[in-house]
Order: sequence, then C-alpha cells, then structure tokens
Amino acid sequence: MASKAASTAIPANQPPKLNYLNNGSSLKSWLLTTDHKRIAILYLISVTAFFMLGGFFAMLIRLELLTPQGDLLQADTYNKVFTMHGIVMVFFFLVPVVPAILGNFLVPLMIGAKDLAFPRINLLSWYLYVIGGAIFLHCMLTGGVDTGWTFYTPYSTAGSNTNVVEAGLAVFIAGFSSIFTGLNFIVTVHRMRAPGLTWDRLPLFIWANYATSLIMILGTPVIAITMVLVAAERLFHLGIFDPSLGGDPVLFQHLFWFYSHPAVYIMILPSMGVISELVACFARKRVFGYKFVAMSSVAIAVFGFLVWAHHLFVAGISLYAALVFSLLSFLVGVPSAVKVFNWTATLYKSSISYATPMLYAFGFIGLFTIGGLTGLILATIGIDVHVTDTYFVIAHFHYVMVGGVLMGYLGGLHFWWPKISGRMYPEGWAKLSALFVFVGFNLTFFPQFILGYVGMPRRYWQYPPEFQVLNVLSTAGASILAVGYLLPMIYLLWSLRYGPIAEANPWGAAGLEWQTTSPPPTFNFDETPVVTWEAYNYDEIPPKELEAPVAR
Amino acid sequence: MEHEAHNPALLHHFADAQQQKNAASLGMWLFLVTEIMFFGGMFCAYLIYRLAYFNAFAAGSQQLSIALGAFNTAVLIVSSLTVVLAVKAAEAGKRKVLVGYLVVTVLLGLTFLVVKGFEYREKFEKHHVPGSTFQFTDTFDDNGKKIPVNPKQAELFFSLYFAMTGMHALHMIIGCGLFSVLAVLAWKGHYTPGYYTPIENGGLYWHLVDIIWIYLFPLLYLISRHS
Repeated sequence: MASKAASTAIPANQPPKLNYLNNGSSLKSWLLTTDHKRIAILYLISVTAFFMLGGFFAMLIRLELLTPQGDLLQADTYNKVFTMHGIVMVFFFLVPVVPAILGNFLVPLMIGAKDLAFPRINLLSWYLYVIGGAIFLHCMLTGGVDTGWTFYTPYSTAGSNTNVVEAGLAVFIAGFSSIFTGLNFIVTVHRMRAPGLTWDRLPLFIWANYATSLIMILGTPVIAITMVLVAAERLFHLGIFDPSLGGDPVLFQHLFWFYSHPAVYIMILPSMGVISELVACFARKRVFGYKFVAMSSVAIAVFGFLVWAHHLFVAGISLYAALVFSLLSFLVGVPSAVKVFNWTATLYKSSISYATPMLYAFGFIGLFTIGGLTGLILATIGIDVHVTDTYFVIAHFHYVMVGGVLMGYLGGLHFWWPKISGRMYPEGWAKLSALFVFVGFNLTFFPQFILGYVGMPRRYWQYPPEFQVLNVLSTAGASILAVGYLLPMIYLLWSLRYGPIAEANPWGAAGLEWQTTSPPPTFNFDETPVVTWEAYNYDEIPPKELEAPVAR
Repeated sequence: MEHEAHNPALLHHFADAQQQKNAASLGMWLFLVTEIMFFGGMFCAYLIYRLAYFNAFAAGSQQLSIALGAFNTAVLIVSSLTVVLAVKAAEAGKRKVLVGYLVVTVLLGLTFLVVKGFEYREKFEKHHVPGSTFQFTDTFDDNGKKIPVNPKQAELFFSLYFAMTGMHALHMIIGCGLFSVLAVLAWKGHYTPGYYTPIENGGLYWHLVDIIWIYLFPLLYLISRHS
C-alpha cells in the first residue's frame, strides 16, 4: 500500500499531461465516447438539467401552497405540475443520479478495471435516457400529463385526456437506460475485478451499486410491461386494468409498486454506498462490521421486493395480505438499521474531520433515520389508514429521497470532485451551502409531517386557512433549499477554472480510484493494479491535513 | 496484454478473450432475466384473471386453433434445434454450414410469424379483437353443454391473448432481424472457432423466445379446454 501509492504518485500541483478530459475536445469525442468517465459527465450534465426542471415544478407547488386560496395555479394546472414534478424527479433524477453519475465514473476505477464490461451499451443507456427525457419534454410542452407520477388506473387509461401514452413511453425508454446500467454493473463487478480484489475486499460503494443493479434488472422490466399495457389500454382498448372492461385497477397498483417500491431502494442504496465511503475516510477507520454492511445492501434489495403492497393498504387488498406486507415492511428496517448503527459505530471514538463531504454524511445519517423511522410508522396498518394520502407520506418519502439520496449524492460529488475534475472546490462556500441544504431541507419538510398528521391531504391546490402557517414555513424552507442547490452549481463550475489543482489523493483516502491520477487517464490505470489489502485499510495510510485545500 | 493484440475481436478493456467471452455471456443471461420479468407481468395478469373469470377464459380458449398453435410450436422447436446446430457449426468453424442453419432458423421464424398472421386475421373476422367491434356469443364445451360467458370477461381473455402473443411476435421479429444480421456477418467470415460469442448469445435469445412460446401455447390454447 504505501509503496503502491508511491509507485503511481505524480508531482503535486501538476495536472497529468494526458487524461480523460483533455483526450479529445470535439463534440464528437464526447457524444460518441465509450469512456465510462466521459459518459458519467454526460449524465452529470443531463441529470442536473432534469433536476433543475423538477426543482422548478417543486417551486411552483410551494408557491401555490403559500396561500390557502388557489391563486397562482388553476386546479388542473396544479395537477399537471405535481405530476411532472414527480415523474421528472423519480425517473429522470433520483433513479439515475448516483448510479449513472458517480457509479459510472467510479465502478471501474474502484475495481481496477479499464472500463465497464460493455462500453457501447453504456453509451446507449445515456442515449436512451436522453431520448426518454426528450419525449417527456415534448409531452410537457404539448400539454403535460395529470395522472400523478403513479399513473393510477382507471384514471390514466379512461379518465385523463392528457398525454399519458407519451409520458408512459418516456418512462419506458428511460427504464431501459436503467436496465442497461444495472446489467453493465453486474457483469463488470463479476468479471472485471483487478487481481486480488476478492468480493470481501470490495468497497461498500460497489456492494451498494451491485445490489441496486439487481433491483434494476429484476424490477424495471415489470414497470416497462405495465406502461405497455396502460398504453395498449388507451390506444387499442385492451381492458386489462379498466373495470368497465372487466379489468382490475388494483392489479395495476400491484404491478406498478412491484417496481416502484424496490425503485426506492434503487435510489437510496447507492447513496448509502457513498456514505460508507465518506464515513470510513473522514473517521479514518475501517467500516465497523464490513461484511454486515455489505450484506445489508443485498438484504435490502431482496426484502425490497417483498413489501410493495404496503402502498395498497387502503386500495382494497385483504386484511391478511395487508398484515403480511406490514410485517415484511418492518423487516426492511433491519438491514437499514444495520447500516445506520454500523456507521455510528465506525464514528465512535474516531478522529473525525469535518470536511464538506462529511457534513453531508452526517446530514444523511440523521435525515435518513427520520425518514426510515417514519416509514415504520407508515408500515403500521392502523396509522397508515389514518395518514394515507396526507402530507405525512409526502414528508416521509422526501426525508428518504431528498434528505437521503440527495445528501449522499452531494456528499459524493464533493468527495470525488477532485478526481472527476482534477480541481478542488472552495471548502468555505461548500460548507455554507451544506448548511443551507440542511436547514432548508428540514424547514421545508418537517412542517409537512405535522400538516399530514393533522390531516392536510396531498395533491390539493387549496387548503383550509388554519394550515397556512406551516405551509409558509415549508415554502420559506424550500427557498433556502434552492439556494443550497444553486450554490454548488456555481462554485463547482467556478472551480473547473479557478480551483486549486487536486492531487491524486487529496483526502488520503483508501480505494483504487485514489491511486491513479486526478483526473484519471482514459484507461484509468497505467498498469492494472494488484490488490493485496482489505478495503478501508486506513491504519496503513498516512492521514492528510484536510483543512488545507481552501480556494484562493 | 500486447500479445493478445492480434485478436481483432478482443476489445481493449478486457485482459484476454476468455474474460471478454465470460462477460458477454453473463450479460446475455442477465438480459434474459429482464425478459422473463418483462413477460412475467403479463403472465401474472393472465393467472389472476384466469382464476377470476374461469368460464370466460375457457370459452375464449375454445376459439383458438389448436392445430395452428401446435404447428407453430413444432416450428419453433425445430428452429431451436437449428440454432443449436448453428452454434455447433460455428464452434467447428464450418462457415457455410453455419450460414445455412442461420438462414433456416430465420425462415422457420418467418413461418411462425406468417401462421400467427393468419390466426390474427381469423380473430378480426370473428370480431374477437378487443374494442368497440368485439362480439362474443355463448359457446359449448366438448360435451355440448352451454358455457355461460360474460362478453366483457371474454374480451379480457382476448386482450391478454393479443398482448402476450403480440409481445412474443415482436420478439420473434427482432429475432429474425438479429439472425439475418448474424447470417450476413457469418457469410463475411466474422466468426471463427476462437470467436463466435454473438452466435452463442443470439442463440440464447432465440431459445428464450421459444421457451416463452412453450409456456404461452398451453396457457392460452390448451389448459382451459378440459376441466
């Protein structure tokens, strides 16, 4: 290890002569690239664009809810806005964000491979994402869709007169993008690991992405066929979900949630992988109970497939089915808790440095815990009947999705930014924006727990005046949150030109990705590394002075 | 790694040909898993509605032609055999034999599609296509006993029939296209005993599409006939 690091070290403050970023600068060299790192950058740009679009819809929702009357938006427009907020954020942001950006960039680097197993399929998956996104944009500009992101039948097949088929097609195509990413990751992890990198030496980020990929492969085809059947029902009058044709709308909900509940784990697992990396690096310790944390990812993927009907407690499923699904939903809490406890145990009595990525990791651990525990509240049938379709549910899944996934993503993006861009970000600004995100997030969504508990239903554009104070707090929080998201966009772009040059391993972190140059060469490693050490061997790596890299 | 550079099929990011082959093979199997999940959604819907509307499904099933279905089943089983023989020919490096089997496979696939087309035409003539023109009259079982049927439920049977066989036929069309390309590339000598992964993986795809039909045939045509 120390000798290994020395053999690939490069002179500090000097960018490597030829790397993946300066190896060709034409548009063609980007749009036809098969380099996983460049494809990650393509994803970074396109996913960020969709995040801003989804954020725009979120701001419209929050502005409408600033006052009890429906003054900014009409009811129909409001339906479309929250639908498109959901579709954009779920299918075009949360699902691809960590695997397709950080995963694409890091999976081959972390396992010492030159690329993913199928580089062209990787590029294809980005094009499918873009085509799906373009179709959705077209759908949006030609009137949008108003079914809610869940496309519930029979409204989506017989009631709505908006562009449901086009939105479904967009989701279908983006789904194949996700399938190909998952397929690529699984094959890569199985077949492309560097010599000596055994399964129990893999970084936990790899384990998390591997488990995610399993869900992508097993779940996504089911939403794909469901969207096909919805489209066939609208276009050809097949009656599979329409009760007036003998079909059963609850079957739609079963098929939809068979994907869409595991999809929640597609979103959160890669972020959990990021947090494991961050906690180990900034506590400078091996992750406590490495094998349990690794296996908990797989366990979450498996249990995740057994709980979907907890979305149907009030949809008319039998009480006995509901009891079983309630119990199974509680079981998912076990591997999730294993992760939280083990991160905490890793931090215990360690010397923690509070760099920006670690701030996000702390944010993740706290907010995910709240999101996860309220999930147990919702898994309790009696309470679920009371709070179904209220803001309590909205607050719960935003704590997991925004407080969890986004915190993990931002933490990871800052952590690996020196590797991705070859530059350091400005630490002061980054800490400030992490604070904005944390405060803004809690101010936005905590009041929604209370709103839901006292009975404010979701998906209404008006509400009784007594709910206004909490809604104003929530909208104010969303504004702070928006600043917290805009700041990194500005200073990360700024750092591309003005940030200090990053060393190969600015954090003193373990992991093969830190042994190559920043940014890495096109084929990642000059020589295929041979691994002779366990993951997170922080006792063998000299610590870095982490306060140093502040921009001029 | 430079000593492998003479193999033109070896991509730069693999250490050797064996690793590349293993990766491609695992990737194909995983793709087949996604296909099974894809069709699984429809099989699930079929089973649920068959339990709920047994009579209508039995009556709908009576309207399908066992003879044509059985013929098509035989066609596909033979095509699976020719695919296996094609892979064997590729392994042995017999180029012309390989091309021959690939072409025969495509022809068998097209035969299946043509027969399927005749079956679909019959459904149009009998107004068994779901939609505003759908009609379904009461049917009789093999003993001449009348089976009471709700036409809406029978329509659901035909909805599933068209969804499942249509999606299967789409996969057959893709398969025929794929095998045509493979045949052209094989004719041009792209495949050697050292590199014939595309033939092998194409064969896996073809077998899976066959197997899906092997399930569709009894579920749609056979099992509701005798109860």
